[in-house]
Amino acid sequence: MTVRLQAADLRVGYGDRMIVDGLDLDIVGGTVTCVIGPNGCGKSTLLRALGRLLPARGGAVLLDGKRIDQVPTREVAKVLGMLPQAPQAPEGLTVADLVARGRQPHQAWYRQWSSDDEAAVAEALELTNMDSLADRTVDELSGGQRQRAWISMALAQGTDLLLLDEPTTYLDLAHQIDVLDLVQRLHAEMGRTVVMVLHDLNLAARYAEHLVAMKGGRIVVQGPPSVVLTEEMLLEVFGLDARVVEDPVSGTPLVVPIGHRHRV
Amino acid sequence: MSVVGARRGVRIGPFSWPVRWRPLLLVVVGSALLVLVMAVNIGLGDFPITLGQVFDVLLGGGETRHQFIVLDLRLPRSLTAVFVGAALALAGAIFQSIARNPLASPDILGVTWGASVGAVSVITFTGALTGSVAEVGIPLAALGGGFFFGLLVYVLAWRKGIEGFRMVLVGVGIAAIAGNLTTYLLTVGDVTDAGRAMVWITGSLNGRGWEHVVPVGIALAVLMPAAFVCAHLLGALQFGDDTVRGLGVRLNGARSVLLLIGIALASVATAASGPIAFVALAAPQVAVRLAATATPPLLGSAVVGGLLVVGSDLIARTAFGGFEMPVGVVTAVLGAPYLMYLLIRGRREARV
Repeated sequence: MTVRLQAADLRVGYGDRMIVDGLDLDIVGGTVTCVIGPNGCGKSTLLRALGRLLPARGGAVLLDGKRIDQVPTREVAKVLGMLPQAPQAPEGLTVADLVARGRQPHQAWYRQWSSDDEAAVAEALELTNMDSLADRTVDELSGGQRQRAWISMALAQGTDLLLLDEPTTYLDLAHQIDVLDLVQRLHAEMGRTVVMVLHDLNLAARYAEHLVAMKGGRIVVQGPPSVVLTEEMLLEVFGLDARVVEDPVSGTPLVVPIGHRHRV
Repeated sequence: MSVVGARRGVRIGPFSWPVRWRPLLLVVVGSALLVLVMAVNIGLGDFPITLGQVFDVLLGGGETRHQFIVLDLRLPRSLTAVFVGAALALAGAIFQSIARNPLASPDILGVTWGASVGAVSVITFTGALTGSVAEVGIPLAALGGGFFFGLLVYVLAWRKGIEGFRMVLVGVGIAAIAGNLTTYLLTVGDVTDAGRAMVWITGSLNGRGWEHVVPVGIALAVLMPAAFVCAHLLGALQFGDDTVRGLGVRLNGARSVLLLIGIALASVATAASGPIAFVALAAPQVAVRLAATATPPLLGSAVVGGLLVVGSDLIARTAFGGFEMPVGVVTAVLGAPYLMYLLIRGRREARV
């Protein structure tokens, strides 16, 4: 139960506008945390600040107890991996080269493909089932394969903390499950600590042990899915009229929106 | 031993690099071709020398009269061509990778136009194209102009960091201003000076001696290794900003260092030969297609650039009877159709 990543009275914003406004959050080692909330509530901004991609305008982000902006960025990259939303790769780049790029923080100009690098990349490719596609170019891949390739790159980085910004966007349901099963394996078999932003509340409830519900740059409620995902929360945070029932497969909360047509 | 697709490596002690056979082949075959074209270029002229005799002299032997023609007259010119081509291509490869835009080159970003402003000022205000004022003044002014306008683009494009697209747009603006300044200088100057200046602007290797080879050679000797040390960062910069930062690369620091190397390379090259058109834009794009890599390979681009300029010089010197064309006239004519052929044949889209 050690806190690996921590936001303390964190403020992040652009110009005068604060997107994340005085937020406290503890990410406990070995857990899967999922940040949920309506569009524009500051989920992605929070994740990017946790991954030191955005500077704190107030408060701080602490990585293993140290202010993240005072740790050399390369050292951070050895501990914390980040998969941005809809990442872009140059045309013609092979999957192997993309995944190998994950080794950047462990490399130097004279050491760009050590046997450690090769072993880590081979393992990352195998875990994501991308080894047979290693020589294909990223632009040739389907959406699901491409997302697995990017996750593979984050894995090759060899960090025990992983921040994933909407890793299932643009994927069909089967491929969403595919990606989240992979995340689950990383957590269960390899003890990785994962923080991700997800839009699908039911999947969030299934795959996360800790849910963080945000609205207007602040945390409204956080805790296990059964505590967080309630009808009251959905109304308050999302403005959504919904029933919450038990997921017949997993036993976690299942959100069933009511909508105009079925309102009584 | 695990195997990752076709990604192989060479490892000696603490050193290790991935090895790709196509970029390697491009460098090996390109270098061999470069030496051959250089030798042909040295051999041809008013006083023809056979290839065998050229190589005899280059390897330290040969007849005395050949030694004079090869070593004092023709070798410096060919070496200037190779060095200038390599420096321009390397600058282009760096700019294109950083801006993630194949249009980004020292021409587009105003560096070579800035150098023209410097050089044409000297020609217009002193009337000199020969003599000590010209020999020292023109390259120095070109260097200063290139650096000044290159840094101006860099400073104006900076807004909490350098962003590729904004840099290209600012560069287009600055290049237009520098181009207009050059045209202005041409119109206020004497007609004969303007004519001479035009030859310089087109990019010319006429009468280049060791005094031109040495500065470019030194610049390349320093900046090329620097570029290769930074190549690992350049490889990371091809991704989106968040990915680059996430990999632990100091984004703005890496971009700044590489841009300064590129500006220096382009300025020094332009100072030696004038702004030879198209090399910096085309050579990296030709190299990236021949090597089948995602971003321009540095060494491969340099070899292609050298080959393009020395090959163009060969044509410019010999294909028009007794008349010597400025090399800049030929580079575009030679390079553009080849690039278009690669674009048409290529599977890849030519995206901007």
